[in-house]
Amino acid sequence: MVVVHSDYGRNLTNEAGSMMDPMFMEASLFVASESLPLEVLMSGPCSQVDPIEASSGSISPSRSPSRSVDSSAAQGFIAVRLLLEVVPPFRRTSTQPISLPRLCLNCRATMTMMMLSGHVTKRAKYKTSVKDSGTSGALRLNEQKLMFMPDNRNSSTKLAVEFKSIQGHKYTKEGSNKPPLINLSNTQGGSYIFEFDNYSDLHVCRDFVSKILEKSKDTSSVASEKAAVKHDEQLSAAEMQLRIKLLQEDSELQKLHQQFVGGNILTEAEFWAARKKLLDNDSSRNSNQRVGFKSVMISDIRPLTDGQTNKVTFSLTPEIILQIFAEKPAVHRAFLNLVPKKMTEMEFWTKYCRAEYLNRTKNVHAAAAEAAEDEELALFLKEDDILATEVRKKIRRVDPTLDMEADEGDDYSHLPDHGIFRDGCKELNESQHDIYRRTLLQDLNRHAAVVLEGRTVDVEMEDNTKAVAEALARSKQGKEGADGNENEERLDRVSRSTTLEDLQPPHSLPLAPLSIKDARDYFDSQQANALKNSRDPSGKMESLGSLSTQEAYGSVRDAISEMKAMGVSVPIINPEVALKVFNGLTHSISSIKYNHGKNPWESVVDRLPTAIKEKLLQHWTCIQELLKHFWSSYPITTPYLYAKVSRLKGAMSNIYRQLEEMKASLQSDLRHQVSLLVRPMQQALDAAIQHHDADLQKRSAKSG
Amino acid sequence: MASAPSKLYSDDVSLVVVLLDTNPFFWTTSSFSFSHFLSHVLAFLNAILTLNQLNQVVIIATGCNSCDYVYDSSKTANQSFGNGRMPTLCATLLQNLEEFMTKDEKLGIEEAEERITGSLLSGSLSMALCYIQRVFRSGSLHPQPRILCLQGSPDGPEQYVAIMNAIFSAQRSMVPIDSCYIGAQNSAFLQQASYITGGVHHKPQQLDGLFQYLLTIFATDLHSRSFVQLPKPVGVDFRASCFCHKNTIDMGYICSVCLSIFCTRHKKCSTCGSTFGQAQSDDASATNRKRKAPDS
Repeated sequence: MVVVHSDYGRNLTNEAGSMMDPMFMEASLFVASESLPLEVLMSGPCSQVDPIEASSGSISPSRSPSRSVDSSAAQGFIAVRLLLEVVPPFRRTSTQPISLPRLCLNCRATMTMMMLSGHVTKRAKYKTSVKDSGTSGALRLNEQKLMFMPDNRNSSTKLAVEFKSIQGHKYTKEGSNKPPLINLSNTQGGSYIFEFDNYSDLHVCRDFVSKILEKSKDTSSVASEKAAVKHDEQLSAAEMQLRIKLLQEDSELQKLHQQFVGGNILTEAEFWAARKKLLDNDSSRNSNQRVGFKSVMISDIRPLTDGQTNKVTFSLTPEIILQIFAEKPAVHRAFLNLVPKKMTEMEFWTKYCRAEYLNRTKNVHAAAAEAAEDEELALFLKEDDILATEVRKKIRRVDPTLDMEADEGDDYSHLPDHGIFRDGCKELNESQHDIYRRTLLQDLNRHAAVVLEGRTVDVEMEDNTKAVAEALARSKQGKEGADGNENEERLDRVSRSTTLEDLQPPHSLPLAPLSIKDARDYFDSQQANALKNSRDPSGKMESLGSLSTQEAYGSVRDAISEMKAMGVSVPIINPEVALKVFNGLTHSISSIKYNHGKNPWESVVDRLPTAIKEKLLQHWTCIQELLKHFWSSYPITTPYLYAKVSRLKGAMSNIYRQLEEMKASLQSDLRHQVSLLVRPMQQALDAAIQHHDADLQKRSAKSG
Repeated sequence: MASAPSKLYSDDVSLVVVLLDTNPFFWTTSSFSFSHFLSHVLAFLNAILTLNQLNQVVIIATGCNSCDYVYDSSKTANQSFGNGRMPTLCATLLQNLEEFMTKDEKLGIEEAEERITGSLLSGSLSMALCYIQRVFRSGSLHPQPRILCLQGSPDGPEQYVAIMNAIFSAQRSMVPIDSCYIGAQNSAFLQQASYITGGVHHKPQQLDGLFQYLLTIFATDLHSRSFVQLPKPVGVDFRASCFCHKNTIDMGYICSVCLSIFCTRHKKCSTCGSTFGQAQSDDASATNRKRKAPDS
């Protein structure tokens, strides 16, 4: 169903036609033709076969299982113009396991291999080992593979090996008394040995093989590199959005991106490859936020009544169910105990809703009556015993010095004309059937506690009620284990809160002490060193050698006694000198023009005008980015890296020039400071450019 | 009036602890005589005391062999001294200073012939900090303390550790160290001290105008400093002294445990006893080179 048109009339030329596998469909795509431009035009129902996608796939031909056939049809690999028309039923009716993308892959492979034409066919014997007598036949070499066709068509020694899998070759030297052999070793460690009729045949083949091996090394690395780049450029929409978001959030990053990616100095992929962490972090941050419980109480979710019949509809979602479980542990326990064994989930919730309805209608008597009949229903109506124990536990955890009994009756609900109105009527304070009554305050407190505690189970993950219930049970178990020895803790708290400060040892600062090995030794040695150090630190002091200690002390003492006798010399300072000093100080302070002068930690950069400061900082980040990419490209192993490095070098010399220009354009008083700041940048650039030039020279020397 | 506290310390009341370099070896070689220096400083201290009634001045003499408090304005009663020709401050100070010099000389003789020409800045800094600590602990109300070093002798690298410790404790207790260096060289210690503690460092160019420098730069109290532009150093000399030979170095080895500084590689830290592993840099770079060679 694949129709292959060749524009130039050489349709499916097949020299070894008889040998051709009937499964030649893919093979025919590699038909030789003299036309150079290659276009793959595809139409058909397969949406994934748009040209971009086709080119983005891996192009390693060795992955295609049908490669073994194509070469027999090949005749020098020049480009083909292919028009594949795929009729809709193709995929279903075709018995051949050919998928379109693979066709495309092979086309691409051809495209990258489009470098040399020609092939070699020689008579040779194929041997599995040197001692093997060998099978005689024809050895055929072309760009991609070597094939061996035995003279005896039925022989099983027919061979088709790709050069991709060939690692190296050895051959016998002429005049070494040995038959002309060539040994091609493959990547798996095996080898193929061919014996030729004469040495000239061997040489032809040897040259051909070595040329191909060299080429394939180059192309494979280029191809894989290209594939990697292309692959990277094919981003999912989410990733693209993430990048856009990052750029929007960080104006500095955006500037860099604009400058380098926009200026074709770096590719999009290169730019982001250095910032993988940024991309990772962001995605993890997204998933970190968890939604807590709604603060709306579930009892506020009204049942729906249709008004005509007596039916009341409650609607429960997993969200609501989780909240019910969390707020009412007894319901949770009942669900875990009863549901698969005693009743279905539906029945359980029906019962629960009925209990809830009874509770809502404030029909305490009816509730009591129903509870008496149905013990499961009673479960929902009775006071939640788990909650009660939990509350008791919580009370124990309250600060033991707090007297909670003191304000027990400290509310107004017992007084006439006081109380809480709920749903339009006052809560009753009947002592009868007390166990079936829940107060609003209880509900509110419980709800508040659950909301504050937060969600421990992710509802999105568990859409099945059973799973929700179990997950909640698990998370509770974990917590239970945590607050075990409670009594001990309580005692500990009592003792802690009743401590007397006077009886406590002094608080020591949480500083790690410096462990000096031997304190005395340390300080003594310092002293000794100080004494030993008798050399005069300054040359001026040296001249003092003639002056004895006594004389020195004497002169100072003389000065003091002179002052004592004569008093302070008046005037202390001469006005001209004072003015000079004052002017000098004023000048030196004002010469730092942009000094806002509040804190001594202020850096030089802050003193520069904002425009220059920003420019400098921006240059700095640009240089950093460029240098990062530059040095990471070394050592240059592929032409791709080579191109990248020269692109980067161009950009660097550009910035270098900009720095010089900026320096030249400044006023003299700023120039000095700016040039101090610019110097390290230029040094870094110099180092990179030097390295680049040296490397270039080495290369040219090697090749020349 | 309501019962106000006896002393109303507002935020512009200062306690200035002045460290006076009395190193005779410096003063005999200096072009600026000690008596001139003293008269400038005395005038400056008088000026500080008159800036605010509650201002307090403490003077510590930094000698070659010892340090001592030579004047404390809070302890000296305001009475005329001696022949009454001089204010109390001058008279007391000169008297104490003379006694101090005599004592210091004696100590030097006892120490035999070995002569240290640097002055004990570390000692006087520590004494100043001790005094300030006592003020801090005297109650919640106290003047704003600061230290002013008037130093002329060159740095004694052997005091590096002690001085740095003093600087860091000053930084911790938020006491700025101002410094005025009147010697010929630059003092890295004083530069660092002022930089770290947020004080002002200045090296006057014209010593005969010292009083003007002192008054213009160092008289400002800490509160007013936020409104005043004071000279800023262009750079700070951050060089350190090694612990092993007390040399001033700009590059060296640092113990990763106790941050001791050494000028040469040691197998073991002499301060804290940590043993250092063998440097692998040589082998690592060799293998690096080997690995890279075929690629290039």
